Amino acid sequence: MLAIVAGVTLIAVAAALVLNAFQGNVVFFFSPSQIAAKEAPLDRTFRVGGMVESGSLKRRADGLTVEFIVTDTAKSIPVVYTGILPDLFKEGKGVVAQGKLGPDGAFHASEVLAKHDENYMPPEAAHALSKAEADKAAKSVVPPGGNR
Amino acid sequence: MIPELGQFALIVALAIALAQAALSLTGAARGTPGFMAVARPAAQGLFVFVAFAFGCLAWSFYSNDFSVLNVATNSNSRLPTAYRIAATWGSHEGSLLLWVLMLSVWMLAVSVFSRSLPEDMVARILGVMGLVAVGFLSFMLFTSNPFERLLPAAAEGHDLNPLLQDPGMVFHPPMLYMGYVGFSVAFAFAIAALLDGRLDASWARWSRPWTTAAWIFLTIGIALGSFWAYYELGWGGWWFWDPVENASFMPWLIGTALIHSLAVTEKRGAFKAWTVLLAIIAFSLSLLGTFLVRSGVLTSVHAFATDPKRGIFILCFLAVVIGGSLSLYAWRANRVAPGARFELLSRESMLLANSVLLLVACGAVMLGTLYPLFLDALGLGKISVGPPYFDSVFMPLMAPAILLAGIGPLMAWRKGDAAQLVRRLRWIAIVALLGALFVPLAFGRWAALTSTGLLLAFWILAGTLTSLIIRIRSRTKITSAFLGMLLAHAGVGVFVIGITLVKSYESERDLRMAPGETAELGGYSFRFEGVREVSGPNYAATRGTIFVQRDGATIARLEPEKRVYLVQRNPMTEAAIDAGISRDVYVALGEAVGGDAWTVRIHIKPFIRWIWIGCLMMAFGGLLAAIDRRYRNAARRPEDASAADATLIRSGTA
Repeated sequence: MLAIVAGVTLIAVAAALVLNAFQGNVVFFFSPSQIAAKEAPLDRTFRVGGMVESGSLKRRADGLTVEFIVTDTAKSIPVVYTGILPDLFKEGKGVVAQGKLGPDGAFHASEVLAKHDENYMPPEAAHALSKAEADKAAKSVVPPGGNR
Repeated sequence: MIPELGQFALIVALAIALAQAALSLTGAARGTPGFMAVARPAAQGLFVFVAFAFGCLAWSFYSNDFSVLNVATNSNSRLPTAYRIAATWGSHEGSLLLWVLMLSVWMLAVSVFSRSLPEDMVARILGVMGLVAVGFLSFMLFTSNPFERLLPAAAEGHDLNPLLQDPGMVFHPPMLYMGYVGFSVAFAFAIAALLDGRLDASWARWSRPWTTAAWIFLTIGIALGSFWAYYELGWGGWWFWDPVENASFMPWLIGTALIHSLAVTEKRGAFKAWTVLLAIIAFSLSLLGTFLVRSGVLTSVHAFATDPKRGIFILCFLAVVIGGSLSLYAWRANRVAPGARFELLSRESMLLANSVLLLVACGAVMLGTLYPLFLDALGLGKISVGPPYFDSVFMPLMAPAILLAGIGPLMAWRKGDAAQLVRRLRWIAIVALLGALFVPLAFGRWAALTSTGLLLAFWILAGTLTSLIIRIRSRTKITSAFLGMLLAHAGVGVFVIGITLVKSYESERDLRMAPGETAELGGYSFRFEGVREVSGPNYAATRGTIFVQRDGATIARLEPEKRVYLVQRNPMTEAAIDAGISRDVYVALGEAVGGDAWTVRIHIKPFIRWIWIGCLMMAFGGLLAAIDRRYRNAARRPEDASAADATLIRSGTA
């Protein structure tokens, strides 16, 4: 009997821990289009994914801070990151960055996620690209002023 | 010709597995000795054919046969020989073949080392493992044939993913798979006992060394993977709570609960149903891990091509195995006789609490791993659950488990003595508190979490030492199983010290360095001497030179590299590490940033080696426990074993 009570208490404690941790630590994903539509939070860490726009990678004078543009082909967002980029970071390839939106409108990344394989597109990035494609296709059939 | 022979061997193996499962299970159910006698030779035959098939694939890799699709996509003629062999399991198909090979190795081992078991038990165990082999062999033959031909043959292979070209690739997957698949033995023992209805202490005694052996391999496999990630990925991290890591860690947690629960079942005849359930869960999680990694649900360094057919096959297989075994459990578990009674304050209740804690911790890890996948599958949005979630859930659940592990061995079976426990705990508590307070002072920075970690570590170390002293004073025989348990628990302490100190006192800097420049970190100074070009067997590299100095004396010359592999043309970071027992100095090259300057990442990782040393102690402790003499003579001399039990109980209460 006592064992059962102890077990139930333990599970309750674990559930509380899990819920609490989930609330604080789940990171949501937004595409550049969603950020442009102001769907992304301003004060919370989230992830953005898409393609690194060709020719957009710039390095600041300190040698460590880089700026690049992430696009889902419909909309794009400038990203600022200080640190060493992962090996497989390339212009024209998929990328996922985690960080916060700054007051300057740029996304300040605390982490740029590595890929492990050259052909691999991060699923979030692939999702953002295909969604933007689909939206574009949908827009082109809907007459101007129509519902999007 | 060789690949076709390999494929034919796999088909023969499937036929053998089918016949073996059908005949030996029927034989055991009906009590037909002729059918049961098939189990052993069939298991040995299965091993021969699977090993032959594996040899054929390895030969195709070794001889650069690019007319085999698998070889053409995962190897290259300039790949060094050791990695060409390791590339055998570098692909989805090849790693499945490795899985089946490991399964057949375990079956062979059971067929050889089961002389003391009743015939029908052996038949059932090998029959159940045969069923698992049927599942995996058909998966391989129908959806992922490793010997598929490529016509016309490629002139050259696409090479092995450069990340995998490392000695870690040679050892990590076989070890991990040995562990994963090893739980199939514990599972088969559990299912055999449920089918038979004979679930007693001797069952637990037979099952224990096998389960511990699987756990040892899994421990080493996970530790190797962590070590590999640490030096290869170039971020200096040793555990990322990546879904694939979690997939191997979940069976480990349940396996740990299982080996402890088995101890109670063997010694006291209690927790039988619970032990069986844990055995089923441990193997189910091994299968779930295979599903997560191999179905393309997850994409990471471990996951390969996405093919929905494969995912569905594994999912169905998973449903059959888990659903079938849990139904059998629900049907038969109520027939299990209740074990010996025990008081709330006893070793049994502590072990029970610990296995529940491990199970709940595993549940929390599973939730964090699967929840994002479910949301995504249901189209409810994309989220990721990162390390902060796991850290904040896992640690509070493991802390009480470690406290219990420190005092569990001091507690008597059945009924503990509270006053005596308090007397013994006094010293342990003092050591733990002193360690927790003073060690941070030596590092010059105090934090609550650091002290908590150290408190747990010193608690379990002091508790383990106390158990040893008491046992020596009581002049009872010290068995290798007892020493193994203490060593494994001490390993947990060492492991926790490693984690705590590295988490609390690690430091890291990303820098831009021009040749001749110096940077400081954690009392060390780093002088960058510039880079030069070097070439390896199948890559070209830029090698930097960095002198590490402390108090004016040069202590290391580190040469991190940036490699570009000739076939896949991707840059790869090779970190350089000056390893030490009290700290690692870790340097990785970033990229060239104009002139001769490079971005450089430097880390100081205090006591990080203790993490893997702790894991090795756990594994070695497991080895001592598994080779204990009583398992070898258990069945032949049952009276000896029960006599040994009686001594243990007496010494526990002494």
